[in-house]
Amino acid sequence: METTKLPPTSPSSPTTGFSVPSAEKVDGFPRRSMRRARQRRSHSSSQFRYQSSQVELTPLPLLKDAPVAELHDLFCKKLQQCCVLFDFLDCVADLKGKEIKRAALNELVESVATSRGVLIEPLYPEAIKMISVNIFRTLPPSENPEFDPEEDEPTLEASWPHLQLVYEFFLRFLESPDFQPSMAKRYVDQKFVLQLLELFDSEDPREREYLKTILHRVYGKLLGLRAYIRKQINNIFLRFIYETEHFNGVAELLEILGSIINGFALPLKSEHKQFLVRVLIPLHTAKSLSIFHAQLAYCVVQFMEKDATVTEYIIRGLLKYWPKTCTQKEVMFLGEIEEILDVIEPSQFIRVQEPLFKQIAACISSPHFQVAERALYFWNNEYILSLIEENCQVILPLVFATLYRVSKEHWNQTIVSLIYNVLKTFMEMNSKLFDDLTASYKVEKQKELKRERERTELWRGLEEKQERRLQTLGEASRNQRNLLERGEPSQPSSPQTALPEQPDTDLSGASSTT
Amino acid sequence: MAGADGDDSLYPIAVLIDELRNEDVQLRLNSIKKLSTIALALGVERTRTELLPFLTDTIYDEDEVLLALAEQLGNFTMLVGGPEYVHCLLPPLESLATVEETVVRDKAVESLRKISQEHSPVDLEVHFEPLVKRLASGDWFTSRTSACGLFSVCYPRVSSTVKAEIRQHFRTLCSDDTPMVRRAAASKLGEFAKVLELDYVKSDIISLFTALASDEQDSVRLLAVEACVSIATLLPQEDLETLVMPTLRQAAEDKSWRVRYMVADKFSELQKAVGPEITKNDLVPAFQNLLKDCEAEVRAAAANKVKEFCENLPEDSRETIIMTHILPCVKELVSDTNQHVKSALASVIMGLSTILGKDNTVEHLLPLFLAQLKDECPEVRLNIISNLDCVNEVIGIRQLSQSLLPAIVELAEDAKWRVRLAIIEYMPLLAGQLGVEFFDEKLNTLCMAWLIDHVYAIREAATCNLMKLVEKFGAEWAQNTIVPKVLGMANDPNYLHRMTTLFCINSLSEACGQEITTKQMLPVVLKMSNDQVANVRFNVAKSLQKIGPVLDSNALQSEVKPVLEKLSTDTDMDVKYFAQEALSVLALA
Repeated sequence: METTKLPPTSPSSPTTGFSVPSAEKVDGFPRRSMRRARQRRSHSSSQFRYQSSQVELTPLPLLKDAPVAELHDLFCKKLQQCCVLFDFLDCVADLKGKEIKRAALNELVESVATSRGVLIEPLYPEAIKMISVNIFRTLPPSENPEFDPEEDEPTLEASWPHLQLVYEFFLRFLESPDFQPSMAKRYVDQKFVLQLLELFDSEDPREREYLKTILHRVYGKLLGLRAYIRKQINNIFLRFIYETEHFNGVAELLEILGSIINGFALPLKSEHKQFLVRVLIPLHTAKSLSIFHAQLAYCVVQFMEKDATVTEYIIRGLLKYWPKTCTQKEVMFLGEIEEILDVIEPSQFIRVQEPLFKQIAACISSPHFQVAERALYFWNNEYILSLIEENCQVILPLVFATLYRVSKEHWNQTIVSLIYNVLKTFMEMNSKLFDDLTASYKVEKQKELKRERERTELWRGLEEKQERRLQTLGEASRNQRNLLERGEPSQPSSPQTALPEQPDTDLSGASSTT
Repeated sequence: MAGADGDDSLYPIAVLIDELRNEDVQLRLNSIKKLSTIALALGVERTRTELLPFLTDTIYDEDEVLLALAEQLGNFTMLVGGPEYVHCLLPPLESLATVEETVVRDKAVESLRKISQEHSPVDLEVHFEPLVKRLASGDWFTSRTSACGLFSVCYPRVSSTVKAEIRQHFRTLCSDDTPMVRRAAASKLGEFAKVLELDYVKSDIISLFTALASDEQDSVRLLAVEACVSIATLLPQEDLETLVMPTLRQAAEDKSWRVRYMVADKFSELQKAVGPEITKNDLVPAFQNLLKDCEAEVRAAAANKVKEFCENLPEDSRETIIMTHILPCVKELVSDTNQHVKSALASVIMGLSTILGKDNTVEHLLPLFLAQLKDECPEVRLNIISNLDCVNEVIGIRQLSQSLLPAIVELAEDAKWRVRLAIIEYMPLLAGQLGVEFFDEKLNTLCMAWLIDHVYAIREAATCNLMKLVEKFGAEWAQNTIVPKVLGMANDPNYLHRMTTLFCINSLSEACGQEITTKQMLPVVLKMSNDQVANVRFNVAKSLQKIGPVLDSNALQSEVKPVLEKLSTDTDMDVKYFAQEALSVLALA
């Protein structure tokens, strides 16, 4: 082997041209605190105890200077060289080695992206090994245990200078015209994909962005892995919903799913419907919904556009998980409902209008004006308005009492005037029904009060009865206790442990409902 | 009983069921929470034949309602007619054990576990065990997860054929396709092992344990660590090396920090379970590694266990092991880069002095204590100070007092009020350890300075602190050192400081006794009734009410009563209110 100097590294090395996904691209704003985060010691701890196996790197000849016969051998050596990991928490450690690896990675990326005929079969295991060694790691514990993706700056991956190039290489590898899925599938297997999916929990948005594109390519090219990938994403979501409530990459995974759903064949398989009902809809319960709501709503609407018969599941699901205390989420739900109504088929609308408009009426009477306002905006939507008009007979009675009451009571003037507009619209739609409802409003109110009184009456009766019953039971248990005191063995469940807790709580509960 | 059943007709089931179906979730929830009332009204038979089928059929509801239902049904045995009918409760609970929401499912499993005890052995085999089997082979992961928690409650009371089936089902779930189920199985592995015969523990449980401990998901592997404790406790010592230790060693060096964290967190339990010999040979090096782990979380968890680990070392070699293996690691942790690690260590390190004795403490530990007392992180310093009593017993506090004082002063003046609050809370303890002389000389000024802190919480804590000090040092000390200063503040131009005088009197009067209260405090309080700030005046009324019981009736009648009467005609309505309240509480009205 010939001895060479360090490969030249000009500031305009080819990688700078490649680095498409970056944090800046995510939201278009420069991240002010990136610098701060880096200074503050961003974790990497990518690899456990890698320090022990440190080898000194020696620079290899440049790929572009290599004779064709030696190209593959050299490529392979560079891949092996890139399997050495460096400590990036110590930013001055082994600078020479880091630079050699960086240059080698750059060359590999460029070579895979631009020259043809490089990717031959023996290189696949080496390439996948290099990728695995570098990217697969147990993600470090979050520096901030109460990390709030909306408020806090993420901890950035310290080894990014190398990691980014490895991801870039992987992406170019998958996108290369020479890439052969039949060869790759031996190395990019289920275990590999599972580890890849776990990395979506990375706090670093740049890493998740790469992962998203890569997983998308893998899903597109390796058909045998598709079902497995979907199943594992399901598992990640279910763990997120029901166990940990924490996973950083939900939005990215949903984005991929959005395009996967788009490609589903019709009629929908039951597996896919199950995914909608048991995974996507429950995802709405997450505390951190706002971070991935746009992607989630997109997936939901995709499903509807595929197959209108899922509409009822979706609407009833959303109504089941309707936020009770978080008004911010309520506004998001209303937004999603509007997106759904925008594309709903009139026949499906009729199936859900009743429960749906009960909820909308409840939102209109929300004391939080943004919730009420968001619900009232539905009447500005041409298509929704036409649906309401067609079903005025059903909908108006559902919402009338609320509109009438809130128009007199709401503290916020904007809401009051919006309600007047809605009432006016209804009056124009069906003045006869409107007048009837106005006339019967008071009577209905009276009936409601009467029902309320009857309920109270019923419960009072029930509780008196329980009192009496408990007294008899109390006597019985006293007798039993007397028996026990005479030396009979105790029973595991005596009535006095099962019952007497009830009456106090019941009575107080009853008075609060009246 | 018969008489009470007579008027059932008053409450047709339909009316009651309407209540359970009310459109308003809140009302529905209220009704479900009073399900026992409804059941009682219906009587046991109709509860069994009408109410329970209804509940089983209408299981689709809000999770909150389902949660209440799951809880209620666990206490329903008597309402369906006692243990002989308890199996009627299984169908609704079975459906509840399959719902998606974890909280509901867990509650349903809890109720099922509870009522399983009320089944006769026959019913257990006829009704309960088939339910467990159905859940264990359910389609969706939720029912299989729920099944995991039910094996251990029925296993001990069924025949050996059924036992074999149960073991088989558990085995299947341990290698389930979905990680959620494997996690549930792994978390119940220890519990299940406890009810199994020893032979089956060796033949079945160990292989499951080994498999779960090398699962592809770290969230499963870490649960196996917990099971390790129970399993190791069950096995005879001679089997541990071959059956458990390979897995435990592997867990301690797992590539995922979460698993290593779990090992560190359970270290004391593991240590007890494997016994002294294995501890010496295996756990000591493992513990050293955890203390040096590259992940701060792991180091902090291990640091928390330092004292317990050392305490439980076999006595014959304890000191050698600590001095040669543990202490060097501990020394490094004192200057760790992560404050959580240092503060975890600081909360236990003082405990080592009792184990190592006086000479070693002075020579090896004292420098570490002193270093931590100077740590940049207040929490570390606080943790050291809060554990001073351990050291005091061994070497006396004098050795430390020179360094202690600057540390205390610095904490006392920390910019964060929570830090100041924490150190105030340790003052009584410190005063007890350091003695009255040292206290008067060095700390008294600090305690008085807190009384005029600009944060109310600190002033409040400071008054409480004074009371505890008086309890410790006695009334005479109070009279000489603090009472004059407190009373002096009554003339302060700042009304908040004047009120502090009143708050101090409130808490000190009882500890100081009648004499000091009547002669020194009362005149000051009475004089303050003319204060121009209403807040001070109504606090005078409150103070008088508070110290009234300490005074004699003469003082009450001749001095307190006229002042309160005057205040009860005050122009400010709050002053009036509290003066009148004081008059009536002290029975002077």
